[in-house]
Amino acid sequence: MSKAPEIDAISLAGAKAKGKRPYFFADPDVERVLSITMAVAGELAVLRQRLDTIESLLAERGSISRDDIDAFVPNEEETRARSRWYQEYLARILRIVQQERESLSRADEITSEEAGDRLAED
Amino acid sequence: MSKQENIGPPDYRVVGRHGIFPSTDHDETERYNFLAHLNRHLAEGVMPGVAQAYAARVEPAFVARQGRPPSHRHEVRKALLEDPMFQTWSALRRNTMEMRQQAGRSVVLGQLDELMERTKSLLREGQLQLKDDFEVPKHLSAVDHHCMPGSYYEELVPHDISGAANYDSGMFVTTGGALGRFTDGGGHGVVRYLRRNFPNFAPQRILDIGCGLGHNVLPIAAAFPESKVIAVDAAAPMLRYGAARATSMGVDNITFVQADVAELGEYADASFDWIQSTMFLHETSYKALKRIMRETRRLIAPGGLVLHIEQPTYSKDMPVFEQAMRDWDAFYNNEPFWTKLHEISLDEYMLEAGFRSEELIHGKVAAVVDQDLFPSTEDDEVEDFGRKPAWEITGARVAA
Repeated sequence: MSKAPEIDAISLAGAKAKGKRPYFFADPDVERVLSITMAVAGELAVLRQRLDTIESLLAERGSISRDDIDAFVPNEEETRARSRWYQEYLARILRIVQQERESLSRADEITSEEAGDRLAED
Repeated sequence: MSKQENIGPPDYRVVGRHGIFPSTDHDETERYNFLAHLNRHLAEGVMPGVAQAYAARVEPAFVARQGRPPSHRHEVRKALLEDPMFQTWSALRRNTMEMRQQAGRSVVLGQLDELMERTKSLLREGQLQLKDDFEVPKHLSAVDHHCMPGSYYEELVPHDISGAANYDSGMFVTTGGALGRFTDGGGHGVVRYLRRNFPNFAPQRILDIGCGLGHNVLPIAAAFPESKVIAVDAAAPMLRYGAARATSMGVDNITFVQADVAELGEYADASFDWIQSTMFLHETSYKALKRIMRETRRLIAPGGLVLHIEQPTYSKDMPVFEQAMRDWDAFYNNEPFWTKLHEISLDEYMLEAGFRSEELIHGKVAAVVDQDLFPSTEDDEVEDFGRKPAWEITGARVAA
């Protein structure tokens, strides 16, 4: 049986696509940090779901193996709960984006400092 | 009034697994689930903010500067680039595409030996025609399409299928499952269109151009099991994987052929009753497109049918904001020709290639997927511009 030549799967997995990358923020440092943050967010989500899987399996059968974790298929209720968790999780870590969006429809808002000044004039 | 529960994109565990589909362990599955949810969140929770920002400050600022609203999608896009909400959404979207590529490549490269062995064992004699000295067409080689490192054609090892396996593995994530468990909802949609509009059409010889790994040609070949199907693409890894995938899914009437679809001299005039392209023309060029239309005209038999499925054209009725949003992939997700295709009329290209105006046909196709697992496309209100599985047909029924 012929084996494929050895490849560096880790660096090849993260290889750059051909074509100059667009940066959207005026400061590319911001974009770099966002990218790293989102990758960490992804890994945290994976870890949390693994914990959830272990909890589900332990509740069901008391002891588990690594294979049990990989073979785990959440039931309908568990699938919905995990889906809900993802939605809530993303809403939580991207809260600033949601709030900036909400501020778009509140153009007349003032800062607390301005409010204080106004209150002093009342 | 209680809000209906948003069940989110389907769990990756329901994806269709054929004989050479890459396996995923628990964490790889959840990495995909995270990305599918992130895509959905960006479409549902962040993109509407771009529309709000456009109305609230981008367009007004443009009007204040220019004394008129933007009249072209490129003006809208350039104005949006200055806006923090568009910047945030775009940076997150681009980054999500890159994360998805890394996740998929990691899944595939870790099991490449086994996938290649399985591919070899599934390939049947004569099912695959590759060319040793094939030169990748220029329209494919300028940038890696949709940020897929190595594009469709790069080979990391001899007889490589990794690019195709990665593409197949992650499509369910990028589309949130909207193309079905086997990412073949487009092909099923084409078959449904054909049955409804040309119920007596019984093609013997079918040509699919730009077939990729055959996602869409499989339902077509399966719908006409007596026909002989030639599926052509430039990329060897896609064809190898596609042929093995077809065998494992029980479809045995397709030959996968490596060729430049703009130069199909190996086939005689009037060789095919049906020539099909599905979401392919936007990855060509003006020059290639002209030649593709001419080859198509030469190859179609009398009474034959030509169908090209593409993204909706930017009509005059489509707001310039929507056009600019639909253009995003062209500029920021390495789909360079996507926007250029909207500058021309496919009808005119077909007429120039020799089709007659009374032969031209137009229609619409939506993905047909398992309704138990997925919401109907027509009912889905989440608009992810350019990603929605609903397309337009430009084609021809040539005179008998």
